[in-house]
Amino acid sequence: MISLQNIQKVYRTSTIETLALNSINLNIKKGEFLSVMGPSGCGKSTLLNIMGLLDAPSKGDINIDDQKLNNLSDKQLAQFRNKKLGFIFQSYHLINDLKVLDNVMLPLLYRNSSEKERKQSASEALGKVGLSNRVKHFPTQLSGGQKQRVAIARAIVGKPEIILADEPTGNLDSAMGNEVMDILLHLNKSEGTTIVMVTHDEHMAKKTHRLMRLFDGSQVQ
Amino acid sequence: MLKNYLKIAIVVLRRRKFFTFISLFGISFTLTILIVLTAFIDKVVGDNYPDRKRDRSLYVNRLQEIGTRSGGINSSSGGMSFYFLNHYAGSLKTPAKLAISSNFNSTNTYVNNKKIVINYKYTNADFWDVLDFDFLEGKSFTKQQIDNGERVAVISAEIKKEYFGDEASVVGKYIEADNVQYRVSGVVKNVPITLYMIYSDIYLPYTVSKTDYNNSGYRGNYTGILLAGSKADISKIHQEYEQMVSRLPMESKDFDKIFSHAETFIKNYVSTGDEEKSGVAYAITAIGIFALLVMLLPTLNLVNINVTRIMERSSEIGVRKAFGASSKTLIYQFIVENLILTFLGGLIGVVLSSVILQIINSANLIANLELSLNFTVLFIGLLICLVFGLFSGVYPAWRMSKLNVVNALKMQ
Ligand SMILES: Nc1ncnc2c1ncn2[C@@H]1O[C@H](COP(=O)(O)OP(=O)(O)O)[C@@H](O)[C@H]1O
Ligand SMILES: [Mg+2]
Repeated sequence: MISLQNIQKVYRTSTIETLALNSINLNIKKGEFLSVMGPSGCGKSTLLNIMGLLDAPSKGDINIDDQKLNNLSDKQLAQFRNKKLGFIFQSYHLINDLKVLDNVMLPLLYRNSSEKERKQSASEALGKVGLSNRVKHFPTQLSGGQKQRVAIARAIVGKPEIILADEPTGNLDSAMGNEVMDILLHLNKSEGTTIVMVTHDEHMAKKTHRLMRLFDGSQVQ
Repeated sequence: MLKNYLKIAIVVLRRRKFFTFISLFGISFTLTILIVLTAFIDKVVGDNYPDRKRDRSLYVNRLQEIGTRSGGINSSSGGMSFYFLNHYAGSLKTPAKLAISSNFNSTNTYVNNKKIVINYKYTNADFWDVLDFDFLEGKSFTKQQIDNGERVAVISAEIKKEYFGDEASVVGKYIEADNVQYRVSGVVKNVPITLYMIYSDIYLPYTVSKTDYNNSGYRGNYTGILLAGSKADISKIHQEYEQMVSRLPMESKDFDKIFSHAETFIKNYVSTGDEEKSGVAYAITAIGIFALLVMLLPTLNLVNINVTRIMERSSEIGVRKAFGASSKTLIYQFIVENLILTFLGGLIGVVLSSVILQIINSANLIANLELSLNFTVLFIGLLICLVFGLFSGVYPAWRMSKLNVVNALKMQ
């Protein structure tokens, strides 16, 4: 499903050059749940951003669904992300100006759908994460665990085949973290969604199909 | 899609009350100033009652005598004498007619023990031909009446109401000013005081003036309007007047230069100050800079507020891009937001200006000046709004769209 070949990422500033990723080769099968671990600054987020087409690699090829994605235009990239990918971030990144339902509906704004369909899909997605009763709240009125569940609902509302989660439980206590993890596991099992998750928690990593370890930008396991 | 943009925009504007307030305030305030200013200019320059032949009139309202020989500087400037205008300006070949009138003076009069302040002005007979007054009743006084020194008066509609109350016709009745009784020969529509060379409450024949109109000094308190037979004669008359002035003999040893010009309405209206410092240039530059500031500062400010606001929302931009918004889509979104904002601001501005114009009119701050919000002004206002909206939206939106998603998400 996702294939990375010889990926390298170099960050250049006027003073220093950081090799954030060094010759990464990775194949992720459809329906697989992969966790990525490693010390802080080893390149986990960089890897996820490149997979998610949010950032371009300095070298190497990315294929998703046998489609080579190196030289797409801004508009094509946007469409691809919209259809195939869903993101979950450590700090939720909800839009505080919008109500929970409008936050969840957001990905559907960028494809052809009616207002009614959008509301319907968003309500369904919120139902899956157990937040049907918080539709009209604003994000600031929610707890951290609830915010992350809204973020998951937003990631799954467009029924993407791939979900990329960067430390989704990093800001949550273990009870809330487990709730979020259970939702992801269930999603993977029942809908066959491919998931790549960065985590610091060995315990959670053990629940996934495969673990990848990074150290200083290189794959060590 | 547009419906979504509108919805998002309204949600955002409602949630960001402080920002919305500041922006709306800035836009509506600027627009109000502009509209009131244009209404004013429009009135003074555009509405030309009663000098409807403005395009073939030249105005003479100042004469300055300067002496530099005695070491120090002697200077005398202001209006001209009746004699000067009649004798010298009246001797020019090309002008068809020459209106001469004094500056207005005020006097008190009493009706039923109520004090009324009356402004009066002396005129010659041509004054009534050069200017197209609307007579509500009666007519102007004739050359014959002037030559006979008859005590007759043309009065304004306003003073008729104040002095005579609701009487239907007052022609032939008497009005008292400065302890003299004048017989009313006609009533004219009010002239705004901004046309200070023409405005008055009552107009009298110059021959009934108590000051000696035969005094042959140059300076006095009269002004003149030279009417050309056709537009083509304007520059010729201007030249003739210049030549006439350059040939004037000096009045006394104290002076060695005389300045006086016959200018078009606009030039005459904005010309102030002393001769050597070119009042026209000053006034035009000043008005230009003022107008530019009035328009530019709020625009820049708005762009600035918008850049800050949009950068503040970089996390939102990152999220939208991550979930499928293209840069183009986002630019549209922000422009729509701005257009709505400026349009609302414009609407408030229009309402605010009509209220202010109403207040200015009803308070009668400026005598007889009826400002109105006309369609040209409204159109200009809305156009300015649109330009504001686009200009203040496009640049920040463009900057924002360049933002890389990862960096946008990192900025908080
Ligand atoms: N925009 C950037 N500019 C320069 N260096 C960066 C940038 N983003 C990340 N880095 C560097 O790249 C390395 C990997 O970062 P990151 O992928 O965020 O690590 P992790 O998510 O594993 O903590 C770090 O050394 C970090 O300092
Ligand atoms: Mg990270």
